[in-house]
Parts: sequence; C-alpha cells; structure tokens
Amino acid sequence: MKITSTPTRLVVAAAALLLTLSGCAGTAETPAPAADTTPEGSSLTMTDAWVKAADSGMSGAFGLLENSGAEDVTVTSAGSPAAPMLELHETVANDAGDMIMQKKEDGFVIPAGGSIELAPGGNHIMFMGLAAPLAAGDDVTVTLNLSDGSSFVFTAPVKDYTGANETYEGGNAK
Amino acid sequence: MSDGRQEQPDPARRRLSRRHLLLGGAAAGIGAAGAVALDLAVKAGAAAPARTAEPMVSGSDTVPFFGAHQAGVDTAPQAHASFVALVLRDGVDRAGLRRMMRILTDDAARLTQGDAALADSEPELAVVPARLTVTFGFGAALVARAAGTAPGWLKPLPAFTVDRLEPAWTGGDLLLQIAADDPMTIAHATRMLLKDVRSFASVHWVQPGFRRSAGSEKPGTTMRNLFGQVDGTANPVVGTDDFSALVWGPADNPAWLTGGTGFVLRRISMDLDKWDKLDRSGRESAVGRTLATGAPLTGTREKDVPDFAATTALGFPVIPEYSHLRRARSEDRSQRIHRRGYNYDDTPTGTAVSNSGLLFVSFQADVDAQFVPIQQRLDTLDLLNQWITPIGSAVFAIPPGCAADGFIGDTLL
Repeated sequence: MKITSTPTRLVVAAAALLLTLSGCAGTAETPAPAADTTPEGSSLTMTDAWVKAADSGMSGAFGLLENSGAEDVTVTSAGSPAAPMLELHETVANDAGDMIMQKKEDGFVIPAGGSIELAPGGNHIMFMGLAAPLAAGDDVTVTLNLSDGSSFVFTAPVKDYTGANETYEGGNAK
Repeated sequence: MSDGRQEQPDPARRRLSRRHLLLGGAAAGIGAAGAVALDLAVKAGAAAPARTAEPMVSGSDTVPFFGAHQAGVDTAPQAHASFVALVLRDGVDRAGLRRMMRILTDDAARLTQGDAALADSEPELAVVPARLTVTFGFGAALVARAAGTAPGWLKPLPAFTVDRLEPAWTGGDLLLQIAADDPMTIAHATRMLLKDVRSFASVHWVQPGFRRSAGSEKPGTTMRNLFGQVDGTANPVVGTDDFSALVWGPADNPAWLTGGTGFVLRRISMDLDKWDKLDRSGRESAVGRTLATGAPLTGTREKDVPDFAATTALGFPVIPEYSHLRRARSEDRSQRIHRRGYNYDDTPTGTAVSNSGLLFVSFQADVDAQFVPIQQRLDTLDLLNQWITPIGSAVFAIPPGCAADGFIGDTLL
C-alpha cells in the first residue's frame, strides 16, 4: 500500500477522527475552481505526511504542504485527537548557537503555487501531551486551521524515527 | 503551479516534486531528464516501467510493486539479494501485524519505485532502484498470531539425513527477500525496512547472496554456482501456463494465499576444498552435465533433454544413476519447482580459505507436493552430497500481491 494523505475540504472545522487502520482510502475532492468563494483549505494538499512514534509526551508531524491556489494560505493553528495541544514550530538557532524549536507565532504561510516542507530539524507540527501512545502503523488525523476560517484535514501514518530530537524552548523558557 | 494541478491530484507527481525539493532536482543522480521520463511514465499509466529517453545506466529501472502477485518471484533474478528472517516480538497481535505490514508495504512500494520511504533519513540513497523488489513471506508463527489457517506445508521441512542444520540459519516468522541489481540499493532498503520493523520483530538471520552483475552477461543466462556448475537449467519458463501452475497453483492452500506461493530457502555449504580434489570428468559425472555449457552428458546444449537410457561402450549409463541430474528429475511433471537462488561467499574461519555455498531458493505452490519429493530423492542418493551440506532451512508462505489501496498480507490480516 502507498499510504497517502487524505485531503478533505472542510469549511467548518469538523471534529477530526482517528481513522480506522484501513484508512488510506478516500480520494481527494476536486477543489472547485470558483475564485472568490474558494476556501483556503481546498487549495492545499499534503504529501508524504508522517508522524513520529512516541509512547508519551511530545511528537511531531511532517510532510510537504502545497498550495495550488492563487492566494497565499496561512495555517494559524492545528488540532488532533492524538494530543490536546498542537503547536506550529520552527527550528532556529538560539543565542548560544544551538538549534532549538520554538513556536511560530505568525503561523505557516504557504505561498500561492508554492509549498513548505515540514521536516525534522525544520518547520513542523508539534504534538504536546499525547493522549495515548502513538504506535508505528497507526493513523493520526490532523486538522489545520486556516486564516480564512476554513480548515484542511490530513491523515498520516505513524513511523518509528529516532531523529527529530531538537531542544524545545517553550513559551516559559524565555 | 500548473493548471493541471487543480484537477485530479496525482500523488506520484507530487512525490516526484517532493523529490525535486528534497534532492535539488538534477543533482541527485537520476538527473532532470530521467525525472522527466519518469514523470511521463507516470502520466502514461501505472504499470509499465516505460522509460523514454535518457538513461545510459540501468539504475533507474523499476519493477512494478502492486499486482496480483508479489514481485521478486517471477521477476528475472537481480544480481544481488538479501534474505532476512525476523522473529516477532512478544505481544504483537493481529492488529500489530496489520500495522507492521502497512508500514512495510508503504516502504517497499516507495523504495522499489526509486522514491524515498516516509521518514527516510537517507533519501538520496533511494533514487537508484536498480530493479529493486521486496518480497514478504509469512512463517507459521505469524499466521498463527493472525489466527489464520496455515497451509499444511508451512512447517519445518522433514529432517533429511544430509542436513546439518544450524539454528542460526533456520526458521523465522517473517521473511524479507530484498533483491536488486545494485547492492547499495539493497543496503539502503534493508536498513529502512528493518528500522520500521524493529518495534514488531527482531532480526533472526540475514543471508546476502549474489549472481553475476547486471550487464555482465546476456540476460536470461542460467546462473552458475561456485562449483562452476550451471545451476537451475530445469526452471519452468516465466509467463507460461506451466510456470503459473507450478508457482501460483491451483494448490490445496487456504484462500488468503490465492495468488501467493510457497518459499523454501536452504543454505547449502559447498566444500570447495574437497571439490578441488575432483577432476573435471568426476565433477561432470557427479552432476550429469558438462561444466562448459551445462548440457546433459548426452547432449550438446544446456536445454537439451537428457537421455537417461543412453549407455557408454561399456554399458554404463552416460548420465550416472548417482548423478544429481538424474536424482533431481521426476517422471511426475508436477514435482517441479521454480528456482531463484544466489551464491554466498562468507569470511572463512580457522585455517580454511573458503566459506562458500548456495542460497538454494525455490518457489512452488505446494512445498510438500513439489519440493519435498525432490529433496527426498537427493537425500537418498546424490553424489553431490559428498561436497554439499545443508546448514540452514526455512519455509515461508508468500502471500499474494496487493492493490495500491491495500497492503501485503491484507488477505490474511
């Protein structure tokens, strides 16, 4: 099986559900070409998404977010049944020169016709306080909330991965 | 980007674009022109590995992953293979097996097409598929964990008198046969698959093997083993009804195995030092074939049908009664197998200068009905037994292939 993400056009942020294990089904809905009424979420695609396995605590989601629309799309926040808190993170050098993760307050901007790569050591979606262990081969559903009020949902498989261990400097650290 | 993107999203194209992003396009060894050719192939349709222009190298050749049967069985043998047996960890249940096979299938589907696996930490090593195939096999213990029905033959082979089996080379719950024309590709694919399987299973044995390098000789040439013998001449011809019946059945197998087959690996140590003491005519008598061409001693070409009735001037059979050729052959045409073995050449120990042999690999729909009678005849009498010793043995069920929205083993799990 090729595990593919399942982009779903949702104008209202629906409660995301953990898909069953069979869940690589579902085809992408064809975005409507109409200009003014097109929600940002329908311009996005997520490719090669995956989530790092973890027994507890923190994890991260990665993949390639592409925007096929004519307008920039801004991801303002993210949610998932897998964890009560998700944050949009970037990895930057701190004053000491160490690479650290920090919250990206202004969100991820995916330029019109462009893409951003979410990758270990770079931009990523951080899971905090996992609700349950994320085991390899599970599916995790993530909802990205966008600046126009629409949202974009993708499903990603969990994979064992020993990287992605950047130091996190949260809101209280500085 | 393009208008086409607003129509039907094409995961393959998008993955390719990711590859460009990750690898900086032309820098990665596949080259921009190769990538364009691949892109065209993707547009043209899924199955054919149709390359248009480009490559002067064979590293971009791919074998389709999805289909009714798993690849790596009727695929023309690649130059290199690594056989890996794993033992399931305690507590991995049916749901765990399902998660395991989904992940491994996804890895294999990507890597065999020259794409990095998800979370591949060395994606640059994935871009030379070199006809990579990954074939999965299930042992009896795995089928039991899945609460499935095992075929009657999915168990250790009967004990043969020639066997000197070592536990370190015997058995296993899950088989990975990873084969490609490039050993670098195999190393990366193996590493990736084993990283993803380690929370479910641990490595029991790894057996790498080799044939002639890709392009060294005419495609389709029967391989030679390290005794110098042409080895595997009697194989059924891929694509024929004969092959299909022998390998895919029908056989008395459980329904989940429809489209699958049986797998036997025998690690056969070959005593090259002892073989050195045998002159050429003795070597040819032992096997019943000439060393030069592999022709039966009654013929001139490899594929000539042996004449077992032919006698020498002294009245002895030209193909001796004790020869491997005569002993391996059955009057019953259903007692045949599809061989797909490899040579091994390990580090010698002690004062020896060789530690070599054959990874005897055969595919057959029913191991008990096809492989076992042959081995029983060879066990009873085969002059070659003086120089060869089976030191490892394993039997696996090879489940059928899967569709792009399925996974290997989905008929069982």
